[in-house]
Amino acid sequence: MQLQPKLIALQLLHLRNPALGEGLEEEMERDPRVCVMGEDVGHYGGSYKVTKGLATKFGDLRVLDTPIAENSFTGMGIGAAMTGLRPVVEGMNMGFLLLAFNQISNNCGMLHYTSGGQFTIPIVIRGPGGVGRQLGAEHSQRLESYFQSIPGIQMVACSTPYNAKGLMKAAIRSENPVILFEHVLLYNLKERIPDEDYICNLEEAELVRPGEDITILTYSRMRYHVMQAAKTLVNKGYDPEVIDIRSLKPFDLYTIGNSVKKTHRVLIVEECMRTGGIGASLTAAITENFHDYLDAPVMCLSSQDVPTPYAGTLEEWTVVQPAQIVTAVEQLCQ
Amino acid sequence: MTFCLKNSRNIISKLKPKVGLLSLMKQSSDCCYSSCLNHSNHCNFLPVTATSPFVKQLKNPDSNSHKKGRFFVFERFESTTAEKQIASVPNGEDNQVLNFPGGKVIFSPEMRFLSESPSLHAHCYRVLDDNGQLIRHSNFIQVSEDIAVKMYSNMVTLQTLDTIFYEAQRQGRISFYVTTIGEEAINIASAAALTLDDFVFPQYREPGVLLWRGFTLQEFANQCFGNKADYGKGRQMPIHYGSNKHKYFTVSSTIATQIPHAVGAAYSLKMDKKDACAVTYFGDGGTSEGDFHAALNFAAVTEAPVIFICRNNGWAISTPTSDQFRSDGIAVRGQAYGVRSIRVDGNDVLAIYSAVHAARKMAVNEHRPILIEAVTYRVGHHSTSDDSTKYRPADEIEWWRMARDPVTRFRKWIESNGWWSSEAESQLRSSIRNQLLQAIQLAEKVEKPPVKDLFTDVYDDLPPNLREQEKLLRETINRHPKDYPADVPL
Repeated sequence: MQLQPKLIALQLLHLRNPALGEGLEEEMERDPRVCVMGEDVGHYGGSYKVTKGLATKFGDLRVLDTPIAENSFTGMGIGAAMTGLRPVVEGMNMGFLLLAFNQISNNCGMLHYTSGGQFTIPIVIRGPGGVGRQLGAEHSQRLESYFQSIPGIQMVACSTPYNAKGLMKAAIRSENPVILFEHVLLYNLKERIPDEDYICNLEEAELVRPGEDITILTYSRMRYHVMQAAKTLVNKGYDPEVIDIRSLKPFDLYTIGNSVKKTHRVLIVEECMRTGGIGASLTAAITENFHDYLDAPVMCLSSQDVPTPYAGTLEEWTVVQPAQIVTAVEQLCQ
Repeated sequence: MTFCLKNSRNIISKLKPKVGLLSLMKQSSDCCYSSCLNHSNHCNFLPVTATSPFVKQLKNPDSNSHKKGRFFVFERFESTTAEKQIASVPNGEDNQVLNFPGGKVIFSPEMRFLSESPSLHAHCYRVLDDNGQLIRHSNFIQVSEDIAVKMYSNMVTLQTLDTIFYEAQRQGRISFYVTTIGEEAINIASAAALTLDDFVFPQYREPGVLLWRGFTLQEFANQCFGNKADYGKGRQMPIHYGSNKHKYFTVSSTIATQIPHAVGAAYSLKMDKKDACAVTYFGDGGTSEGDFHAALNFAAVTEAPVIFICRNNGWAISTPTSDQFRSDGIAVRGQAYGVRSIRVDGNDVLAIYSAVHAARKMAVNEHRPILIEAVTYRVGHHSTSDDSTKYRPADEIEWWRMARDPVTRFRKWIESNGWWSSEAESQLRSSIRNQLLQAIQLAEKVEKPPVKDLFTDVYDDLPPNLREQEKLLRETINRHPKDYPADVPL
């Protein structure tokens, strides 16, 4: 069979079927129980146009425009999931899902367990998050750090059109509640992806660049900062191994561990805040499990512990920049 | 008619600069005849007590339906020259009726606030009086002897279940319990009016619904004792029942979070075109939560077949309803969200049965949500962790327990029909009591769930981190076997 990979944007405003949208559409075609609910997801197509065209194709009932009450439409999605549907709940911006924290923590993560396994909640909660371009503090939240303790949920972060589509499909097919973190600045990426049906494993990390000197663990948008830093590092004679961890809960300690055993040095680059972020948990997990293999303490580069300022230059310096990554690698590899 | 004309002249003079009104009346010129004769001046936007001479109900003047509505009653009798003069001025921003995106509004030069409370409280539907006799001219759905006796037996069972389990908690045999005393009618009668296909999303004071559906006394005891036979595998506190085969969704302690779940379930039933609805229960306190308001709003917008049953029992732990809300109870809130509602006497079995029966029909056939406010009284304490005599008078509690008991009230009715007797009563009560005591003794002896159930069902399969944690736990247990409880299998 001839493979005809197509050029597809992760998301291109005003164009139909970006990778996420295509993943969603294919799953909706495949399984009539999949439905979408969120604010402005219907005819408007979603705030980042991920659901564009779906309402026309599948109808108003399967692509439901909800009133503004995040806790309640997430609750509604949970109720629908317990009775047999497979809802995909969209937060217009991930930060708004802080309002849904009660339903996500107390019901979504919990009811399968407290009901003794009688009721499953195969829900997908997704939306754009992360620090964008001057969106202000309230629209630059990184919810993965707040949600990571909730037992019962899985969290994944996509970073390329390929893994976005694959993770979206895998999340919808999973029986567990999955939170899919997309990034506001990654919607315009373009990449060739295969035509045929594929899914990405929800619990697997992705090896972006093999190397020998140091393991750099990252996810979402920071992957691109790391790759940019990697170019500089290669020119300076270093050979970094870059792993996009993708699965934020649970961590793919198998892939990570193998890499640590090879390179003996770890740098974590993340967009979460310094305190209590994914990096903090990952540092603890690596130190606990692979302590014997480390030649240097695990280093973690995170965003500053400040609300994201609006001013462009200030915003730039709250997140990790490639120059800092290069310096950190040089420091670790001394 | 005279009234119409006299007022109309007043109005017209005030209206002179506001031209749109008359041109609209011109549109409806065919049909005001009968309304004028009827003096049917109903105002859509102002309270009934309004003294404004304006007749304001003008339905969709630009559609055909206006022929059925009520109109400015005087326009046919106005001078036609005046009409012609005014009609020549174009419709501008001075139009008396304007279409905003939020809805059609009719302007008024009078500044009038909507009253915060209606002059009349919403009526409460009731069929049986306090002595269990049918109220004259009451309309209700007839109940056969079988159903009536079954409802009564279930109410007695619920009452006995509550008494015995409460005592068991006091004896230290279970850790916690919540009684439903005083609300047996709501529990059983509403359950009886539903079908087994309907999804039930309870708060925590509705075990009667599960009892009606066939949950056995042994199953209740197993959950309260958290033993191996509990469907919840011992993971939840007592009274947090859940059973997927009875379509009774596991109780979650958080208040009102189940209300949007019910709307989601109703939405899924609607998508699947099933002949069933979703039902959710909550108390007066639960209606203060944000989830209640958004869920009602959603249900109205999505036209979901869901029944919201509020047990307004007067108390949210120690908070009386006067500190909970200032609206006229819960039923009036339905209208604010576009949801049809009714207030029912919650201690009247026949009224609850009829109301829920009718509500279900409307929900399923018309795809609409219904709100039922069942007024009742929480005779028991909030839970075994509460002593309600601390915040309410003991004689108030006693009065409701004795004089307004829903079980006694219904018994009087079935006895007057010859369907029940005092022998049947004592037989039933002693039989249930024995069964319950046996169930408790049995449940106490059953093993607790094994340690492996601590880690299962968090996800569909055991992920590596939980497998590791289980391994560590078992190692710890092996090292300190004396510290491990004897009745918990590994």
